[in-house]
Amino acid sequence: MYDGQWREWKPYVSPWDPCPPIRVKSYVVAPNLFIPFQPPNLPQFSLDEALSRGTLWPALYSPYPSRREWKGG
Amino acid sequence: MEENKEANESAGNREPERDGHSVAGDAAYVAELEQLQKVDFALVELTLYLDTHPNDMHALQQFNQLAQRRAHLAHSFEIKYGPLMQFGHSYSRYPWQWYQPPWPWQV
Amino acid sequence: MWIYEKKLQYPVRVSKCDPRMARFLLEQYGGADGELSAALRYLNQRYTIPDKVVGLLNDIGTEEFAHLEMIATMVYKLTKDATPEQLEAAGLGPHFVNHDKALFYENAGGSPWTATYIQAKGDPIADLFEDIAAEEKARATYQWLIDYTDDVDIQDSLKFLREREIVHSMRFKEAVEILKAEQGKKKVF
Repeated sequence: MYDGQWREWKPYVSPWDPCPPIRVKSYVVAPNLFIPFQPPNLPQFSLDEALSRGTLWPALYSPYPSRREWKGG
Repeated sequence: MEENKEANESAGNREPERDGHSVAGDAAYVAELEQLQKVDFALVELTLYLDTHPNDMHALQQFNQLAQRRAHLAHSFEIKYGPLMQFGHSYSRYPWQWYQPPWPWQV
Repeated sequence: MWIYEKKLQYPVRVSKCDPRMARFLLEQYGGADGELSAALRYLNQRYTIPDKVVGLLNDIGTEEFAHLEMIATMVYKLTKDATPEQLEAAGLGPHFVNHDKALFYENAGGSPWTATYIQAKGDPIADLFEDIAAEEKARATYQWLIDYTDDVDIQDSLKFLREREIVHSMRFKEAVEILKAEQGKKKVF
């Protein structure tokens, strides 16, 4: 359900770049960008889940896994 | 949650003795607080939603029901752990409980 | 007026002694797109925004103070028992000689908070678009913070805060729609 929130692009790679190129870069497009005005009566998370996810509505939920590993952090 | 035990013991020095009862800062306090945080969070969400959807009767009803539930939860929490709010929005036992630790950032 | 509530909005757990992360988190404490900026921006704009959206600015501005307190809690816990050597290694030496362990409204680079971070144009559309941009920028900052810590407990709190930016951005967008629909036009929401 939340897989579609990432977009990818391929930056130009120069043979003269000093570091090994990262060929594909990505960014998030969170669900709020696709909802002009929240319609009434959207399904809700349970109250337990709402707190842990940071929103009451699955339609607004955007997961963000840490990208530490492949950022080399 | 293990590190809480130490914090607890030091908080216990200042807290009035309540044999066998959980005190502010311990694991039971954290768990009960979380029950309140869950209801309060839904109320925050519904508040912002109603600010832009003032005519949504369903959301309004849910808001009022949760507000009532919140009041009960907060009341029983305060009886155990002391006041959540000041300036007269919570009651206090003797001696004055409000200023006693732990503060939220210390727990 | 405001009444303080003696609890955090969301549980904050810090499981690793990492003063370096405290320094990064300051970006959301006293940085341009941080929680202090957010709270002060919205609460200041609400005086001159059309009545229909005052409530929203008021309530989001209030929630931002709860987020500020969460960030402060993380910074406090990460630094309170750190040695001067650890703080120095974390790049907090200059902070330490000026403030010791005190929190200060500055960004991760050590620049003090300034009102030039926030704007109030008095034009409701300009102000709301600034607010939407601020939420998206704060969301991005939270992403980079989540990327730079391996403390899953801090990540958990930061993910909560990131999601709140998304919800706030959603509501500010709705506020723009509400103002567009005004002027006697009938619209059912």
